[in-house]
This record gives sequence, C-alpha cells and structure tokens, in this order.
Amino acid sequence: MSSRSSGGSSGLSAYLQVAPLALFTIAFVGVPIGTLVLLSFWQTDGIFIYREFTLDNYRQMLSSPLTYALFFTTIKFAAITLIVTTIIGFICSYFLVFHVRNLKWQIGLLLLCTIPFWTSNVIRMISWIPFLGREGIFNQTIIAMGLTNQPLDFLLYSEFAVILTYIHLYTLFMIVPIFNSMAKINPNLIEAARDAGASGWQILYTVIIPLSKTGIALGSIFVVTLVMADFFVVRVMSGGQSASVVSAMKNQIDNLFYPQAAAMAIMLIAVVALLVSGILRVVDIRAELAR
Amino acid sequence: MNMSNGQKRGLGFYLLAAFFAMFVIFLYGPMLMIFILSFQGTTGGLTFPMRGVSVHWFGDLFASSRYGDLGGALTRSVLLGLVAMIITTVVCLFAGLAFRRRFMGAGPLFYLSIISLVVPGILLGLGISQMFQLLGIRLHWLMSGLVAHLSWTLPFGLLIMFAVLNRFDSSWEEAARDAGARALTILRLVTIPILFPGLIAVALFGFTLSYDEMPRSLLTVGGNNTLPIEISNMTTTVTTPALYAIGTLTSALSFLAIAISFIAIAIIQKRRRARD
Repeated sequence: MSSRSSGGSSGLSAYLQVAPLALFTIAFVGVPIGTLVLLSFWQTDGIFIYREFTLDNYRQMLSSPLTYALFFTTIKFAAITLIVTTIIGFICSYFLVFHVRNLKWQIGLLLLCTIPFWTSNVIRMISWIPFLGREGIFNQTIIAMGLTNQPLDFLLYSEFAVILTYIHLYTLFMIVPIFNSMAKINPNLIEAARDAGASGWQILYTVIIPLSKTGIALGSIFVVTLVMADFFVVRVMSGGQSASVVSAMKNQIDNLFYPQAAAMAIMLIAVVALLVSGILRVVDIRAELAR
Repeated sequence: MNMSNGQKRGLGFYLLAAFFAMFVIFLYGPMLMIFILSFQGTTGGLTFPMRGVSVHWFGDLFASSRYGDLGGALTRSVLLGLVAMIITTVVCLFAGLAFRRRFMGAGPLFYLSIISLVVPGILLGLGISQMFQLLGIRLHWLMSGLVAHLSWTLPFGLLIMFAVLNRFDSSWEEAARDAGARALTILRLVTIPILFPGLIAVALFGFTLSYDEMPRSLLTVGGNNTLPIEISNMTTTVTTPALYAIGTLTSALSFLAIAISFIAIAIIQKRRRARD
C-alpha cells in the first residue's frame, strides 16, 4: 500500500486523470438509470408515453402473480447454476492449483478453459442444438446403443437445456476468481496443517475452503448477475416455454410498454443489488482487487 | 492430498484429472461439433450425419440476401470494437493511475462502475436509448451504440487496470521525477512502456467485449444492426448450416484477434528480456 499512497502525481492530476471515466460513467450509466426510474413512474397507452406521475406501473406489477412467478423462475435458474458452477469451478481450480505442479502446465490448462470465452455467447449457446435435439447426437447415440427406442424430448427446449447452457457459458467466471484466491494460499499453511496431523478433508474444510471464500464470492456475483440479466438463452433454449424476468421485460419493450418494463427493471435491479450486497458482506471486492 | 513434490500421485490426482478432462470436453465438444457441421455438404442439415463436405454454406452467407446485411453488420461491429477499444484503453489507463490515490468520490465512482457491470445489459440499453430520445437525439450505432458499449467495456477495463497496476512499482516513476523528468515525459518513457503488456490486455478485452456485445446494443444501435444482433436474429429464422458457418467464421475472427495480441505481448517481453 505504501507505493500506492505515494503513487504518481499531485492531488489535482488524480482528478484530471479520472475525469473522463467519471464524466462518462455519470452521464451514461448514472443518468440512464435515473431515466429508467423516471420512466417507471410515467404512463403509457402502448403508443404514447405520458409524462405524468403514476404509481400504477408498480401497483400493477406487484399485484400480479405472474411477477412473482417470473422472479421465482429466474432465482431458481440462478441458484441451480450457481451451485453447479461453484462445484465445477472449485474442483477444477483445486486440481490446477494443488495437483498440477508445473507452473507452465497450470497456466496452459487455465488458458484452455478461457479460450471458449472469446467466442460469441450466441454461438456457444446454439452449439448445443445439434447435440441435444430430437435428432441430435445424444439421442442418436443412446438409440444406437439400444438404451431407448424413443428420443428424449426433455433435452432441448426445456429448463434443462437453459440451465445446461448457463453452466456452459458461465463456469469460467467461477474458475478464474477461485483459481486466483487458491493460488494465493501459502503452501506452508497446508504443510503446517498436515504436520499438526490434519487429514486431507480437514485441510480442505479448515484451510482451503475458508481461504478460497473471496474467489467464490466474486465468482458468485458474476454468475448470479449474468443469469439474472439473461433474456436470450432462456428464450431460445427453452423454446419459449420458460420466461425469466428480463425475457418478460423484453416482451414488454417489444410491445412498447416502456414504463411497465422500467418498473420491472427497477425491481430487478433492487433484487440483484440485494443479492450482490449479501455476497459483498462476505468479501470486500475493492480490497481484494487492490491486494 | 498430494501436494509436496516427489510424492507419488495417488488416486485423488487421477480422479480430479478425469473430472477436469470431462469439463474441458464439455466446454469444447459442442463448439467443435458446429465447426464440423458448418462444412456440411450442400444437401446436409443442422445435425449429423454429414452429407458430404463443402464450403457451400460460407459462400451462401454472403452471397444471398436472405440472411440480412451480414457484411454491413460485420463492418459496423469491427469499427465499433476498434473505437471502443481505443477509448477504453486510454480512459482506463488514466483512471487506473488516478485510483492509486485516495481522492474524493473514489468510492462512489468505483461502485457506479460496478453497477454498470451488474445492471442487466438490456436495461441499461433501455435507459440509454430513452435518455437519447428524451434529449431528442436520434439513435445511431456510432453514438448511442458506442455509449452503450463503453458502459460495458470501461468498467471491465478498469478492473483489469487494477490488476495490472497491482504489479506496478511506482518507485520507477519517482526515480524519473527525481531525475527531473516532467509528468508527460514520465508517462511516455516510463509508465506506458512498463504497463504496455497490461494495456494490450485492456485493449483486447475492450475490442472483444464490444465486438460480442448484444443485450446493450439491441435497443441502442438504431436502424443498423451489429453482428451479434444479426446472428441472434439468425438463430430464430435460419434453419440451414449457414447458421453454423457464421459461428465458425466469427469464432475464427475472435481467435485471430487473441492470437495477434498474444504474439504482440510475447514479442514485447522477449525484446525487453533481450535488452536487460
């Protein structure tokens, strides 16, 4: 931290340096969010927007059972994806950090996991279609093996497909932060625990998991916000049978019901903020990043 | 547990290695399949078996107009990516340098940046498009679209800058200042050269994040679509292997961009080592 406080330049130049980011962020993140709030209190008949204050959008939204069902589905998707990606992320990071001894191999294998991240999410999503479809590879294989004589229909255009796609798209966001915090664990700590007679599982529970907590928390923020924000995967991969909060909002937007969509948006932002601040209670990301 | 060197690898190692291998297959398997299927023969469909091998569907993509304006969309996406890349790198470099000090408003600004990452993209897109419309400015991909993309690339770039500056020792700058160098000289001759590989990483993220961005673009680009929007439209309308051809093509472009950046970083570091 000492180099940090003495860093660079005089006080004024720090403001000059940060000014472009600050102006941009306030003008194009702060103000648009403010616009959404404003919009959520305005009226519309589906054609025009009337700039008159109303609570109707919120009243309508909160009195509709559909709203709660949408939030329930979305949170369910987020929770299942979170659990699975955490388990996969933890095991893969654990393997890379504690079992792959050669640093070059460690970095190489981690890079191997990150490469798919660089292709378009839409492409990665549709890449499941030839695998899961009725005529897809999985069904062709199990039929050829004689395990079943009917293709399994639940594979594609179902909640299963939606969650599988989320896991495929977002596990990386769990692996990288967990890997990072695990790599910072001092091997001497584990050595000491072993010398004190701790078993493998005890070391895992009392040393490694607590020290990986910040990584898990950061990864959870990524995964939860990504799933909660999605409208496209749920629309395509469920074949229109499921809807999340944002996909329902997208329908309202397509039908030009902007104020209703904005009200829903504000509620979603509130829920996401609540979840994220819950996670942030476990870890201070700013301190984590500065370390 | 099998950590100390020289110990024999136990069952645990092999179980974990198998798990990791399965995860890698899970990651790559479906993608490889669409890469293969994009070379489907002229009469082939969306699934196996392959009916011959051809590049028919690649040609079909750009030759026929039924897939929309893919060429135009690609041009717009690349241009947008390049502009977003340059702005992101410059703005985040200075912002990162500034954040090394405690200044008034540092906390709120940091959290506003995080909010920009956390708020669902399409909502921020809605906010931005409505703001432009309230101001009476027409939506345009290089105006409101660019703004929407920057609301995504800037906070990401800032986080990467934090990580980059973490390993940066400010005493280099101080030594230059003690030797009488002026602020701009220090920036040009000390700070930027040392941070250069990190800046390439920021640039790379800036480009690819913008190039792939769909939710934020949807409501902000106005009449002309970007490539990810065109592709997502294709997923619901196109039922030929042309869909996979566009997937193969854009993936190849992305990989090319990363490969170029990695080679650039490698060359710089090699030169540096040679100089030391």
